[in-house]
Amino acid sequence: MDPRTSVSVALAGSGGAGVMTAGNMLLEAAAQAGYYGLMTRTSGPQIRGGEAAAMLRISAFPGDGQDDRFQVLAAIDWQNVGRFAAELPLGPESLLIGDPAQGEPPEVFTRSGARYAPVPLKALAAQVSGGWTNMVALGLLAALMRLPQEALEGAMRKSMKKGLDAGIAAARLGMAQAATLQGTPLAPPPATAPRWLITGNEAAGYGALRGGVRFVAAYPITPATELLEWLAPALAKVGGTLVQAEDELASINMALGASFGGVPSLTATSGPGLSLMIESLGLGVAAELPVVVVDVMRTGPSTGIATKSEQADLGTALYGLHGDAPHVVVAPNSLADCLATTEWAVGLAESLQVPVIVLSDQYLGQARAVVDMPPAAKVSFARMKAEGAEGYKRYALTPSGVSPMAIPGTAGGTYVADGLEHNERGTPSSQAADHLAQMDKRARKLAQLDPGDAWASIEGDGETALVTFGSCTAPAREALARARAAGVAVRLVSVRLLAPAQPERLKRALQGVKRVLVLEQNHSGQFLRYLRAEYDLPGEVRSLRRPGPLPFRPAEIHEALEQWSRA
Amino acid sequence: MEPRMNAPAVVAAPAAKDFKSAYKPVWCPGCGDYSVLAAITKALAQLGLRPENVAVVSGIGCSSRIPAYTTCYGFHGVHGRSLPAATGLKAARPDLTVLVASGDGDGYSIGGNHFLHACRRNIDLTYIVMDNHVYGMTKGQPSPTTEPDWSSKLAPGGTGLREFHPLVIALASGANFIARAFSGDPNGCAALIAQAVRHPGFSFVEVLSPCVTFRPEQREWKTRVHAAPVEPTDDPGRAARRLMTDDGFNIGVLYQGSRAPYRPAGGSAQRVEDLECQFRL
Repeated sequence: MDPRTSVSVALAGSGGAGVMTAGNMLLEAAAQAGYYGLMTRTSGPQIRGGEAAAMLRISAFPGDGQDDRFQVLAAIDWQNVGRFAAELPLGPESLLIGDPAQGEPPEVFTRSGARYAPVPLKALAAQVSGGWTNMVALGLLAALMRLPQEALEGAMRKSMKKGLDAGIAAARLGMAQAATLQGTPLAPPPATAPRWLITGNEAAGYGALRGGVRFVAAYPITPATELLEWLAPALAKVGGTLVQAEDELASINMALGASFGGVPSLTATSGPGLSLMIESLGLGVAAELPVVVVDVMRTGPSTGIATKSEQADLGTALYGLHGDAPHVVVAPNSLADCLATTEWAVGLAESLQVPVIVLSDQYLGQARAVVDMPPAAKVSFARMKAEGAEGYKRYALTPSGVSPMAIPGTAGGTYVADGLEHNERGTPSSQAADHLAQMDKRARKLAQLDPGDAWASIEGDGETALVTFGSCTAPAREALARARAAGVAVRLVSVRLLAPAQPERLKRALQGVKRVLVLEQNHSGQFLRYLRAEYDLPGEVRSLRRPGPLPFRPAEIHEALEQWSRA
Repeated sequence: MEPRMNAPAVVAAPAAKDFKSAYKPVWCPGCGDYSVLAAITKALAQLGLRPENVAVVSGIGCSSRIPAYTTCYGFHGVHGRSLPAATGLKAARPDLTVLVASGDGDGYSIGGNHFLHACRRNIDLTYIVMDNHVYGMTKGQPSPTTEPDWSSKLAPGGTGLREFHPLVIALASGANFIARAFSGDPNGCAALIAQAVRHPGFSFVEVLSPCVTFRPEQREWKTRVHAAPVEPTDDPGRAARRLMTDDGFNIGVLYQGSRAPYRPAGGSAQRVEDLECQFRL
C-alpha cells in the first residue's frame, strides 16, 4: 500500500484494558519518530471500568483535527465498544482487529465493509510473564504504521515506571503480528523542528501562567478538571496560589476577591459551573475586576453528556449576564491556540479590568497533540494601577473607559469595589446620570479595544466563505485544503474574539464573498444567530451544524462546499 | 467642602474616627448596625491598624452596607458570597487584615454553604454577622434565625421552622474562635472583634443587632443579654454542650481553639518558562 501522510487508528476496550495508556505511548512513539500526532478520547460515564477508546491520527503535517475515517480499529475486547460506533467511522479500506477469544466484532463495525483480522492479543500477552494485552496491541498498531521499533521502545521507556521489559516483549510480539497483515505505512516524517507534546487543557493552564495568573480557584468538573489539576502544582512552583472552592459560586468569588487584591486570577469550569458563576461575572463587570473563566464546554443542557464535546455554551457566554454587562468572550481555535488565547485573555482582562470567558471544549481540552513549539511569550498587557491621592476616583470617567485601580495596601487609595451602581468615586448611586455615565464608561472600554489580527484566523480567498469558531476550525481547514486542491477557492474566517463583536473587521474579511457557510457544533445555530445579530452577512447564508458529541469530519464540510459551489 | 471619602495618605496613629467614612448610612434610626460600625472602627484603632491595610468584605443586605461606611478598602459583592471573596483575597494577599460583614439572611441562608466551608478551611478571617432574625432590606421576611411563630406577609402565622443555630454550626464546622456580642454595648463588641482579629484562623463573631423597624420587640434584647458566666474554652466538647444549652443571650468568647490556620501551598518562585520542559519532545 502507498504510504499515507496521515494514518488514523483507534484502540478500544473496556475499563482496565489500558487503551489510554497504550494510546499515549503510541503518540509519544510517533513524536519520537518525528511525526505530528493527535489523540482524542472517548469514554463512557463510568468512574472506572467503563468502555473507552483512544483515537489517534499520526501525520507528517501539523493539525489537530480527526480524519474522515480510521484506517485501523483495534479492540482489546468488544464489550460495549459498539456504543462508540458513531465516533469511530470506518470504511471498506479500514482494518478491524479483534481478539477471536473476545468474540466477533459487532455488526455496527463490520457493515462498513472493513476487513476483519483476528489476532489473539490475549494469548500473545500470556506468552510473556507479566505481559499485558494493550502492549501487544500497541506494538501491532505501531508496526502497521511502520513506526520504527526504537521510537516505540524509547516511548515505552519514557512512560513505563514498572514492567518495562515485559511491556517491550509483549509489544514485540504485537509488532511481529503486523507482518501477516496489510499495513498502512506512513510517509517519511517531516524535517524535525522543536515540538511539544501537550493537551489543550495543559496549554490553557500554561497560557494562564504566561499571562500572569497567580491565583486560581478550583471546583472539579469534567472536562475542565485536568486544567485545574495541572495548575495546582505548576502555580505553586511559580509562587502562585490555588484554593479548592466548595462550589462554583465560591470559586468565581474567590477569583474576584484575589483580583481585587491585585493578583491576576482565573477559574476553569464547564457549562453547569459557568451557569453558577454568571451572577458574579456581572459583579466583575460592575466593579471592574479582571478575571478569566475558562469554560471547557461539554454537551448540555443540564448534566448532558459530561465527557463529550459541544459548542453550545456560546449563548450563555455572550448573553447570560443580567443587565447590560459588557465583557469579553474569546475562543481558541486549535489545541496550541489554547495557550495563546488564554494568555491573551489574561492580558485583556487585566488591561480592560473586565471578566473574560474563554470558550474551549472537551475536544480541545482533553486532546493531546504534537504541536510546533509555540512562540515565546509576548509582552503582557498590565493592569493600570493607581497611586493613592486625596480625592482618588476609582471609577473616573477616562477617555478609554479604563481607570487606574488602587490595590489594597496603597495608602490614600481606599475605595469600595461594588456591584451597586456607583459614581466615579465608587459611592453607591441610584441617579440616572451616574448609571448612564458608568454604563458608557464600561462600554467604551470594549469599544476602544483594538484586537489587531488576533480577532480571527483568516485563510484563503474566494467567493465562498466558511465562518466558524473553536474546535470546528481544524476540520474546516482540512476541508478547505481539499476544496482548494479540487480547484474550488474558499476562504476561512475562524473568529477568536467573539465579544465584543468586530463588524468592521468581519466586513473586510468577507469582502467579495457571495456565499457564507456558518459551521458550528450545536443544535440551534447559536453562532449563526449571533452573526446575524451583529453583522450584515453578505450574499446567501447557510448553516452547517449539529450538536455534539460527533466532531465534524473534513469530508462532510468539503461535501457541503462542493454541493453549494456546483449549485 | 466635599466629605472625605477615602483615607488620608498619612495618619499618625489612626483613631476610631479615622476608620469612619463620611457617608451617611442607609440604615433606619435606631438600627443596631450603627453600633456595630462604631465597634469595628474602635477595634481597628485598638489593633493599631491602618485603613489601607484592612479590607472589609460583604455581600448584600443592611449589614453588608458597612464597607462604604469605613475608610478601609471595601468589597461589596453579590448576595451570600462574602466569605468566598474574602477567602480569595486573604489567600492571595495574606498581608492584609480581612474582615467579613454579613447578616443572618446573607450569611446563614443564601451563603450558608460558604459558612460551613469557611469554618472548615480555617483561613485567617474575622466574620462578623449582624443577626436581627429578619430580612430588613427587603422589608420583613423571616430569616434562618427567625422564631418559628413570627408572623409576616411571606409566612403568615410563622414559618413553623426551627431556628438555625449559627454558633453550634460554626463549632461543628471547625471555626477556631466563636463569640457572641451585642450591638447595644459597642465597647464590649469592639473588644470581642479585636480579640477575634488577633486570634489566628477563622474567627466568628455573632452580633445581636436589633432591627427596630421590623422587629421592634428586639429593643428588649438589652434587658436579656448577659455576660457569659464561663471562661472561654478550647475544648470543643465543652463548648458544644455550652452552646447547645445556651439561652441565645450569653455574651462573650464561647470557644477559642488552637487549630493552625489554613495556608495554601505555594511559595517557591521558579520562572514560568522553566515549566516548559515537561512539554518538550
